[in-house]
Amino acid sequence: MNAEQVKELKVHATNVRKMALEAVYSAGAGHPGGSLSVADILTYLYQKEMRVNPKDAKNLDRDRLVLSKGHCSPALYGALAEAGFLPKEDIKTFRHADSYLQGHPDMKGVNGVDMSTGSLGQGISAANGMALAAKMDKKDYRVYAILGDGEIEEGQVWEAAMFAAHYKLDNLTAFLDFNGLQIDGDVTEVMNPTPIDKKFEAFNWHVILIDAHDFNQIEAAVEEAKTIKGKPTLILAKSIKGKGVSYMENQAGWHGAAPNQEQYEQAVSELDRYLAELEVR
Amino acid sequence: MSYQIGEKVATREAYGKALVEFGADENIIVLDADLSKSTKTDGFKKAYPERFINSGIAEGNMMATAAGLASCGKTVFASSFAMFAAGRAFEQIRNSIGYPHLNVKIGATHAGISVGEDGATHQCLEDIGIMRTIPGMIVLNPADATESRLAVKAAIDYKGPVYLRFGRLAVPTIFDHSYQFEIGKGVELVSGNDVTLIGTGLMVPAVLEAGKILAEQGISARVINMASIKPIDREIIVKAAEETGAIVTAEEHNIIGGLGSAVAEVLCETVPVPMLRVGTEDVFGKSGKPNVLLEMYGLDAKNIVEKAKAAIALKKA
Repeated sequence: MNAEQVKELKVHATNVRKMALEAVYSAGAGHPGGSLSVADILTYLYQKEMRVNPKDAKNLDRDRLVLSKGHCSPALYGALAEAGFLPKEDIKTFRHADSYLQGHPDMKGVNGVDMSTGSLGQGISAANGMALAAKMDKKDYRVYAILGDGEIEEGQVWEAAMFAAHYKLDNLTAFLDFNGLQIDGDVTEVMNPTPIDKKFEAFNWHVILIDAHDFNQIEAAVEEAKTIKGKPTLILAKSIKGKGVSYMENQAGWHGAAPNQEQYEQAVSELDRYLAELEVR
Repeated sequence: MSYQIGEKVATREAYGKALVEFGADENIIVLDADLSKSTKTDGFKKAYPERFINSGIAEGNMMATAAGLASCGKTVFASSFAMFAAGRAFEQIRNSIGYPHLNVKIGATHAGISVGEDGATHQCLEDIGIMRTIPGMIVLNPADATESRLAVKAAIDYKGPVYLRFGRLAVPTIFDHSYQFEIGKGVELVSGNDVTLIGTGLMVPAVLEAGKILAEQGISARVINMASIKPIDREIIVKAAEETGAIVTAEEHNIIGGLGSAVAEVLCETVPVPMLRVGTEDVFGKSGKPNVLLEMYGLDAKNIVEKAKAAIALKKA
């Protein structure tokens, strides 16, 4: 990827972050921390990688994405809006009683959402089902799943990990947004899931370690996953919870809290400043 | 495929055979959780190995995987024992299948106390209650092999989630090839004026027998088979209440939450008449021979007859 392409993706990702924050601020509730940490991965997939079309979002041959950590819906809706799947002005209706933008993704109501998620551990299983369907139908679409690091404390994730390897689902790429924090604090203190890479390797997955905020590394990992035959790939993406907003970064308290007006305005001005810097460069 | 009246066949057997019979459709996928020999999905596995997926002993994962397959246009059957399907995987069924209204059929076998020797841990007496509270879920509890076959066909033809409840025990076939099954419809098997007996699943032969005993004693009992517990046939219940004035329900399930509750809900909102419920009375089961247990827990004609007389006695003079 050349510098210009990276810059374009950074602009998109910053727009996604702004929309995620707008959603949470407008709702007065939601999950900003993990939305900001996963924004670059979602941006890359929807802007650069996935074979999807906003005007034909249910096409049977499309690539699919399951946000297994469904509480980060603000980032998913932002990424979908940035990619033309839904009107950007709808973002501010997030979690409102008259809106279709539910607190957690609803595949029946939102153009581009491939699976309803929110109850942790289930999305990765659904992604397995989609990857299996592709194999059965001899179709070449790929399936992406995004897990949280706290989420892998759910036993079902490991049932699904066993299943994906057993059925050699090499058309499945799972990202793990490793921001290190869950609601009650540091993941290693709440219920230590490490070493995550060795666990997935022991479950017969191909594992790639990257920086979740480096588009060149995301691209290299996604491309590498496509070359791996006979096993699924986990991209263990080290991220910063709250990435892009100074006072939210690495703070567990911003897992599920909405900013007040002053905080929201500060966050937007920080992201706008970053956008301006990108234009100047 | 047809069954002879009187032929003893477990409904799980009929389920397995129906999957093979209707399974030629390339869109049908069957999942099981290491119980294919017991749930009888092994027949499908033999006939269509490329469309049979063993998920291992991981029912929650199986249900959400089924959801993913269904989202890609498949008609998916996911099988296990009722306890581990409706029980263990409730939340996956609710959130990954029910909420997005995906085309998954839950083929739950070994429901009820007639599981027998395995005892309370494997005798699911709560599944009807659990499943019918999920919005949009169809709940079917066929009485015999003929009805089981037709219920499988109806489930395939319906687009959306269906919970199918089957038993382990061989039960007499009571319907022949002319029997018609429709989701949402109860079937009047015997006409009568004094009381109505509504049975579901393996309690249908018991309500038929109870009806005969009552007839010998000069009591005219209407007998209804209610395989479709959700949606329930309100019309047939209201008509029975108006015309017979007393109702007894019979099910191999806790009296809380199942057929009895579903019928009571209809009666309370329409034509309140005396009704009594036959079922396990808010207790767990235990190990034993199926027929011994059925009698021990009052799931037999004798208890239905007593309840019918008591219900009649409750009618206002």
